[in-house]
Amino acid sequence: MVIKRVMPCLLFNGKALVKTVSFKNPAYIGDPINAIKIYNEKEVDELILLDINATIEKREPNFEKIKEYASECFMPFTYGGGVSKIEHFQKLFSLGVEKVAVNSLLFTNPELVKLAVKNYGSQSIIGFVDFKFSKGTLIVFNRAGYTYKGTIQEYCHYLQHSIGVGEIVFQNVDKEGTWSGLDHEKIKELLKSVKVPVITIGGANNAADIKKCLYETGVNAVAIGSMAVYQKKDMGVLIRFPKRELMITE
Amino acid sequence: MIAIIDYGIGNIASIVNMFKRVGVRDVVFTKDIDVIGKCDKILLPGVGSFDNGMQHLKNAGVIDILNKRVLVDKVPVLGICLGMQLLTKRSDEGSEPGLGWIDAETLRFEFGPESALNIPHMGWNYITLKNGNNLLFEKKPRKFYFVHSYYVKCKNENDVMATANYGIEFTCMINKDNIYGAQFHPEKSHKFGMELFENFSKL
Repeated sequence: MVIKRVMPCLLFNGKALVKTVSFKNPAYIGDPINAIKIYNEKEVDELILLDINATIEKREPNFEKIKEYASECFMPFTYGGGVSKIEHFQKLFSLGVEKVAVNSLLFTNPELVKLAVKNYGSQSIIGFVDFKFSKGTLIVFNRAGYTYKGTIQEYCHYLQHSIGVGEIVFQNVDKEGTWSGLDHEKIKELLKSVKVPVITIGGANNAADIKKCLYETGVNAVAIGSMAVYQKKDMGVLIRFPKRELMITE
Repeated sequence: MIAIIDYGIGNIASIVNMFKRVGVRDVVFTKDIDVIGKCDKILLPGVGSFDNGMQHLKNAGVIDILNKRVLVDKVPVLGICLGMQLLTKRSDEGSEPGLGWIDAETLRFEFGPESALNIPHMGWNYITLKNGNNLLFEKKPRKFYFVHSYYVKCKNENDVMATANYGIEFTCMINKDNIYGAQFHPEKSHKFGMELFENFSKL
């Protein structure tokens, strides 16, 4: 039986949590430890933490902090950001990270991702697919500015068959941080090109939206950003998580 | 005092933190024979491969004291993940003999090419309690987080404490006298893990 999942996706700048809107205007949120403790209380299914500045600033992952966060997580922990050597994967897993998310590395050194899949298993490596509309077409485009030349379907095929990632995250960049609702139709369409489990993120605005997405599109998991760190749209910071029974029926 | 055996395998900080969370503070991470000699519970963690785990236990020089505490003094012991597999006699994963405290062996999941199931089994899964036990009491839905490619098969059905389903029904918890094992990661399983750790601390 595959259990549906909902998880916070936290953005980290190397020091503190931030939240962006369509990749822009990072707003200060607070300390990750405090947030992780609250998500423990809320019994979230998993936790994703992305260091969104590491690749851009050419930094390694902040291993000291990651160790602290992994130790505090009473749930599976996924980390992404600044991973550029095989030793980084090894170190992250030894610190108690369950899964490593890769994004820019898929453009800069796909062979390394393949090696990580071989060494640690496909289940431990998540391929992050950021996409947005540009002049009416969907393009793969990430925070560090990397774009894929082909279609998103071709990219998904490449990630699954050439690289061998065990899970894919679809992030809708246009919707990120906007509270405009998950794009159910787009997710349903993208799922046709994927066999591995899929997490989707971007635009979730309430528990009903998440539930509908989980059960009507067939997606395995929904990740939430703004909904996990703000009271409501345009309101102040509040680390929170919607009631599980409003999103998941088991 | 609970002694978590330090044999150079993985980060155990989340285990210690979860014990703290349920109010158990007297937890040490150690390979000191004197400390293991006087603790009143033992936790054997572990990730990685079977032979690597047994070699690290040997190198840490703790096997004799563990045998004495568990088999002679009957101190409660809980093996987690690879730590549970090490309690068995052998594994498909390697050639080293295990600790052999439970009459069981560790087998690899084998699914046909047409199967949609991946190996390892990774993710949340529900467990089904079988025999009466001292770690989890009333039967109710409980889910735990799993990451493993091998599973334990007991010779004696009475040693099977709980099962889970992944292509096959497999043993995910074992218990014989003072010896307990859990294939999943309680420290990554929220309140279900806390319940298990709390009950273990009270044995």
